[in-house]
Amino acid sequence: MKPMKKSLLTAAVATAFAVSGAQAAGISDDKVKIGVLADMGGVYADICGKGCVTAVEMAVEDFGGTVLGKPIEVISADDQNKADIGSAKVREWVESEGVDAVNGLVASSVTGAVTKVLTDNKKIALISTSASHAFTTKACSPYNAHWTYNVVALANGTVKPMLDAGKKKWFFITADYAFGHALEKVASGVINSNGGEVVGAVRAPLGTTDFSSYVLQAQASGADVVALANAGADFVNSLKTAAEFGLTETADVAGLLVFTHNAKALDPNIAGGMKLTTGFYWDMDDETRAWSKRFKDRHGSIPAMGQAGAYSMTMHYLNAIKEAGTDDGDAVMAVMKKNKPNDFFARNAELRADGRMVHDMYQVRIKKAEERSNEDDIFAIEQVIPGDKAFGPMMDQCNFLANK
Amino acid sequence: MATFLGINLFGLFGQLLVGLINGSFYALLSLGLAIIFGLLKIINFAQGALYMLGAFFAWMALNYMGINYWAALLFVPLAVGFIGILMERFLLRPIANEDHLYSLLLTFGLALILQGAFTHLYGSSGLSYAIPEELKGGNRLPFMYLPNYRAWIIVASIIVCAGTWYMIEKTKLGAYLRAGTENPQLMQAFGINVPLIVTLTFGFGVGLAGFAGVMAAPVYSVSPDMGSNMLIVVFAIVVIGGMGSIGGAILTGLGMGVVEGLTKYFYPEASTTVIFAVMVIVLLTKPAGLFGKEA
Repeated sequence: MKPMKKSLLTAAVATAFAVSGAQAAGISDDKVKIGVLADMGGVYADICGKGCVTAVEMAVEDFGGTVLGKPIEVISADDQNKADIGSAKVREWVESEGVDAVNGLVASSVTGAVTKVLTDNKKIALISTSASHAFTTKACSPYNAHWTYNVVALANGTVKPMLDAGKKKWFFITADYAFGHALEKVASGVINSNGGEVVGAVRAPLGTTDFSSYVLQAQASGADVVALANAGADFVNSLKTAAEFGLTETADVAGLLVFTHNAKALDPNIAGGMKLTTGFYWDMDDETRAWSKRFKDRHGSIPAMGQAGAYSMTMHYLNAIKEAGTDDGDAVMAVMKKNKPNDFFARNAELRADGRMVHDMYQVRIKKAEERSNEDDIFAIEQVIPGDKAFGPMMDQCNFLANK
Repeated sequence: MATFLGINLFGLFGQLLVGLINGSFYALLSLGLAIIFGLLKIINFAQGALYMLGAFFAWMALNYMGINYWAALLFVPLAVGFIGILMERFLLRPIANEDHLYSLLLTFGLALILQGAFTHLYGSSGLSYAIPEELKGGNRLPFMYLPNYRAWIIVASIIVCAGTWYMIEKTKLGAYLRAGTENPQLMQAFGINVPLIVTLTFGFGVGLAGFAGVMAAPVYSVSPDMGSNMLIVVFAIVVIGGMGSIGGAILTGLGMGVVEGLTKYFYPEASTTVIFAVMVIVLLTKPAGLFGKEA
């Protein structure tokens, strides 16, 4: 690195300001650095992982590679779905590598730990794939932007229409960890407040291979709907078993968190017809198809919703830096919340004061084998759920809003 | 519905049967491991990855070559077994005289490489493999719906387990094998090619993992980490059954399936731990395992 005298001086002054707590104008370290933290090789690698890195890089390139005359750099790391590894990495990033924002963020446990580090350092968390709604409620922060979806939107989007269709008795097969519990709790809330009834639930440990026992219990409960409050391989295995034991013929099975990649991993004869909620689907219109094609050409597969979200929020973040004239966390976040995001991903969107990005969600149906024209032809859009219906109103659990 | 002590009996029968089905699957998996671990004294941590390989080979055979399930059931174990033979000959034999830890670490590393390679090539979400046409559907029993494929798992597992047990315990070939692992020098003096027997036995044990992989493909998600989830449970079953006892591994596999099934009914949260609790109790009271010979 050969910094010119002048920029060295600017950097020194900027650092001095930052240390003294004053708002530093301009770009810190003469560079905007975005770190992408995700599970790169584990169970969640497909739904964000290297695809999120690709999406962020695409956004940076589309933006022009520089902002306010300074280069934008993207770095990435594997959190292995472990909170301690993720938070240690992010601490290193912000404290010694000058990272300004962290994108990606998948497992909610990792995101919880990472957002604390970022908030302490007044850096922005751009949360693409985490499901928990805690980051904009109990664990909210003025530096969190939670983009793609959350458990509330999933519950409202999937559960409510089924209740309206007269499916009142529900049984849960829930993944026995924080995410599953949260999803079950939120969905149960929607069920109870809309005249439905939860007739039973089983908590299946994460990574259970055989779900036949739970499927039998669900069958015996006489429920109209069996809700799968799990994700990834757990979801695929439980749905496969439900179909095998004939549960899908006697009751509706609702997947509460299904990524396109999971749906693709299922035999269309089993999964066909199932309804679910998603924040994005590649084949919605010309705009989404155009972007998704570019993504697929580079990455090799169609984008998962979090990957599209990663692009969208990187764009919004860079635009905000440009307008704010600085990469200072507070100033950039203020602009991000003031301007409405609007691109192929974010429709009728707004980044709310609590950090929740509210946008149109989609209730989709998994296509049957005979409806599919190619291997990526997975969902049919059933209805668009307006953002406020999906994400619900702001809750008063967010402390930084209350303290204001 | 019939109830006993407030327990729904029909529900309980269903759970018992499901437990037996899983148990026969465990038996199939632990059989291969029991042969390698119990007879050859090689701690093969790659067994789970080879089981995964079996499932992936079945998927590849169908999607790339149009080889159906039944043919895969025959060819995939041979292919996986052949990989096992190469593994034994070129990787494990050079360290055969070292401490057991070496083979453990080597096979563990192999497992990680295989798992990583498949995650890289096929992603982590898994692939779908349909149940063969002949085994679709099922029968409604008085207490539960029994899918045909699950019934087939029991049948196939019993045939393979019984056949393997008979071969090792009752035939001359099995006697050579047992003697060869017990006292290699003496057997070699009798003109028996012990290294060849060891290689073939390892290949056979690994081939069984491949067979289990093909059996699993239609009902479980075919994904790179399917083996690592299974491996530890199966090791626990072999330890509970007792080192070197083929029959012990089979019976323990069945028994643990039932124990796990009942736990899933009464207290699902503990279902992935119950087998290890049993293992601890067995090791404390009968260190050689339920069917193992005291050293």
